[in-house]
Amino acid sequence: MPALALPKTAAWLAELAGEPLPGRRQEDWRFTDLAPLQAVAAELWSGPDPFSQCSLPGGISRIAPAQAQLLLDQGLQATGSSAAWPVRLNRGASPHFLALRVSGSVEPLQLTFDAAAGQGLLALQLLLVLEPGASLELLLHHGSRAANATSLVTVAQLGSGAKLNLGVLAPGDARASLLSHLAISQAPASELQLTTAVGGWALSRFEPRICQSEGAALSRLRALQLVAGQELADTHSQVQFNGPDGQLDQLHKVVADGAGRSVFNGAVRVPRSAQRTNAAQLSRSLLLSDRARVDTKPELEIVADDVKCAHGATVSRLQQNELFYLQSRGIAADQASRLLLRGYCDEVLRELPAAAASAHPLQLLLRERP
Amino acid sequence: MIRPDAPLLLEIRDLHARVEDQPILKGVNLSVRAGEIHAVMGRNGSGKSTLSKLLAGHPAYSVTGGSVLFRGQDLLELQPEQRARIGVFLGFQYPVEIPGVSNLEFLRVATNARRVERGDEELDTFAFEDLVRERLKLVQMDPAFLERSVNEGFSGGEKKRNEILQMALLEPLVAILDETDSGLDIDALRIVAGGVCQLAGPDNATLLITHYQRLLDLITPDYVHVMAAGRILRTGGKELAVELERSGYDWVDQEVA
Repeated sequence: MPALALPKTAAWLAELAGEPLPGRRQEDWRFTDLAPLQAVAAELWSGPDPFSQCSLPGGISRIAPAQAQLLLDQGLQATGSSAAWPVRLNRGASPHFLALRVSGSVEPLQLTFDAAAGQGLLALQLLLVLEPGASLELLLHHGSRAANATSLVTVAQLGSGAKLNLGVLAPGDARASLLSHLAISQAPASELQLTTAVGGWALSRFEPRICQSEGAALSRLRALQLVAGQELADTHSQVQFNGPDGQLDQLHKVVADGAGRSVFNGAVRVPRSAQRTNAAQLSRSLLLSDRARVDTKPELEIVADDVKCAHGATVSRLQQNELFYLQSRGIAADQASRLLLRGYCDEVLRELPAAAASAHPLQLLLRERP
Repeated sequence: MIRPDAPLLLEIRDLHARVEDQPILKGVNLSVRAGEIHAVMGRNGSGKSTLSKLLAGHPAYSVTGGSVLFRGQDLLELQPEQRARIGVFLGFQYPVEIPGVSNLEFLRVATNARRVERGDEELDTFAFEDLVRERLKLVQMDPAFLERSVNEGFSGGEKKRNEILQMALLEPLVAILDETDSGLDIDALRIVAGGVCQLAGPDNATLLITHYQRLLDLITPDYVHVMAAGRILRTGGKELAVELERSGYDWVDQEVA
């Protein structure tokens, strides 16, 4: 069932953000219907602070609030994120805030944000400052079981030579919404691996924005988004190279079933200063139903002349020759389809931080019984 | 090995088939008994590959006439997976790459599907690993290939070895090998042919689809059939393949004309 918007909620959300909800006339929101977000109760989540129980491994320390706020503002400005509507909404919604500084190589960390059966809007902010040479593997695990909304703003600053392996595992609920904005600044010689796996939300919107502040960094993005029923999943990514010798390797995969809708917009910006940038973006979509819809758009702005920027997009059904090959070995058509689908998803899921394995991401996202 | 009293495994009678609107097979007749090795030769476009894919149940081909019996059962009414489970195996000319699906998992699921059909117990992961490691020796394949995705990034020779490995695990009654020799260097050809010879026995049969005599130097056929224009034009012993190698297919064109 499509979500019914509550007029009161729309006004409340607009008030929190300090501006009206984005509409279909705005290019960035052209395909994205915010009705599920307006179907949540007009109240802030009243559950416990999800960060209060968080125990931190050695090498990670909390940043004092005043300094944390300053760093957060800087991080959002560096990626041009301050004016984004999901960020404005988040800031107006008295978010729970966790600000961490990482030195050296630390133990893997997992943070769980489960809106569970809670009501209203759960707003969270996460600031990660990786000092030069620091290394962190972090899994963010979202969840929901009701008509609620989660808003997360993540700001990360990677110092020179720092390595961040950030995974987002977000199995949702067909009544719930997830808005996640990531603002990541990378100093030279830093490495980012961002792997997101999201499925099952009435509405999900991911906005990873990455800025290589002086180029010469590595950004590796892997994403899988699954939609079925009436669900909508939207990813608007943006990678900005502000100096030479930067690298991007981006793969965005989609599985669209039922009357689900998937949106991908992948912006890559290579100004004149970003010579010798090497960027590759591939979008692959699997359509499992006649009613599902996929909108995919690469958006490359290249001014520098000495660059390699490859992009590609495919939309297809399960490959008949692959199905027949499996069937010809005695594997029934439905089991063969499932094997192919699992293989397709696993290409992204196997890149999540190791901590994700215990949650069985394939079964979670494909909604298979254990 | 020809034994006139051996059970009839495959009986193809006046088989006609088309792909889209194009008739390809125009009356194929072929009987295969247990213990026999048949070679089907012919030019490109003669219908050899169509025949092999059709027997395995490829959905692109539709049968417009005739019949195929497998041990007396109508093969054409079965789904591809059912054909495989009762013992029909197609070795692909171009084995398909399936990213993300582990070769080991694929081999185990396939082997168990065949075992269940035969009334054997399914093998768990440990028992299956023992079995697969033993069968790997037959094709001199590196166990590392088990950990990779099905055929992904395999060389031509590795793909064909993987096909014969599947045949060794599934233990089919009728193995149809579609140009298994294509794209193989001489060493790989010897290994693949050696595997086929070891698997051929008195209770099963092999149908080799090939262009070249060189495979038949390594696997001696009991019968050689020459296909042209969608039919089997002539049947003989292994000397027919030698004759073809020497004189080419010009005489076939004259007979078809």
